[in-house]
Amino acid sequence: MDYFVLVIAAIFVNNIVLAQYLGNCPFIGTSKESGVAIGMGLAVVFVATMAAAITWCVQKFLLAPNDLAYLQTIAFILVIASLVQFVEMFLKKVIPPLYKSLGIFLPLITTNCAVLGIAIICQREEYSLIETIVFSIASGFGFMLALVVLAGIRERLDLARVPVSLKGTPLALIMAGLMSLAFFAFKGMAS
Amino acid sequence: MNKLWKEFSKGLWKDLPPFKLVLGLCPVLAVTKTAYNGFGMGLAVIFVLALSNMLVSMLRKLIPAKVRIACFIVVAASLVVCVELLMQAYAYPLYQQLGIFVPLIVVNCIILGRAEAFASKNPVYLAVADGLGMGIGFTVSLTFLGSIRELLGYGTWFDMHVMGDWFQPFTFMVEAPGAFVCLGLVLAGMNSFTNWQRKSKGLDAIEGPVHDCKTCGMCANKPGA
Repeated sequence: MDYFVLVIAAIFVNNIVLAQYLGNCPFIGTSKESGVAIGMGLAVVFVATMAAAITWCVQKFLLAPNDLAYLQTIAFILVIASLVQFVEMFLKKVIPPLYKSLGIFLPLITTNCAVLGIAIICQREEYSLIETIVFSIASGFGFMLALVVLAGIRERLDLARVPVSLKGTPLALIMAGLMSLAFFAFKGMAS
Repeated sequence: MNKLWKEFSKGLWKDLPPFKLVLGLCPVLAVTKTAYNGFGMGLAVIFVLALSNMLVSMLRKLIPAKVRIACFIVVAASLVVCVELLMQAYAYPLYQQLGIFVPLIVVNCIILGRAEAFASKNPVYLAVADGLGMGIGFTVSLTFLGSIRELLGYGTWFDMHVMGDWFQPFTFMVEAPGAFVCLGLVLAGMNSFTNWQRKSKGLDAIEGPVHDCKTCGMCANKPGA
């Protein structure tokens, strides 16, 4: 039951993009087509989960016992950067079809603040390993949900006549604001 | 001297980071609840950006091209750790307000983008000027956005009451939806100003800058490859 609440909270109530403002660059940058949005979303789910699990272990077994907690940021970003590189090489060698669909998004993910953000939130909330994994999968899907919905809206908006100054990013941001307002209704449901 | 001024001043208007380059949106949205938070975040970014540009530029002949992104990340991350420790020591309330966005400075596209696009190709003095200019532009933008949101959302500016008693705070502005809408409208305002300028020169209106990950110089390059 606790895990259920955690999942609902991570996807809807504290949606990683729309309520916590994380991962906005890829959210605006890769939401022009739904196909790209789904690819990017899956890549984030995959990498964020692995990164959160590994950084949890790094923090627990490496940093905390040696009193090096202040190195958290630098250790985490290095873990994420090498993890992304490793995943890329692994997919290329072992599962080429998956690499073909996700490969182009992987280099982007190193600087996606959602991934580092999820890892740090898990530390700050002092989740256990299983909670960390559940939370990061749910957050990743929350990101994917927001991204795919926005991509769908933006595909429709391409056909609409809008003032030239609003075209592109400004309109996408205002749409994101309206989506965020819709998600705002979940506030207080589960915390 | 002229060149120095050119590199410094481009960050103040022509390439204003969040509004003209549309980079580093997360902190722009997240920490601009109040003008003070935006200003504090901006100062942290100036510190990291100027020093990381300086270090990257100093090391540019030593860093092998293949691992340059990884090296830039290490430089930025070390500086962010410095900022974290400094803020914990001297500005703890602000550190708590900014929360997770202080460590997240390291993945701000502006830092790596400037290191990749400018500092790794230019001498130290130009790199520092570029970093300071971009950092100040970022700070001004964040403070500006924070002022709008604080003024409408709380009726205050830098914690001073400026609106009269008649003013009903518009809570929407300080919550997440307000951040997105406000930034969208500010960007639209910038675009229409550009178009108005172009029109007076007899040019056609253009679409505003698109957020493109390519502007941060990371996409084409595989990190650490």
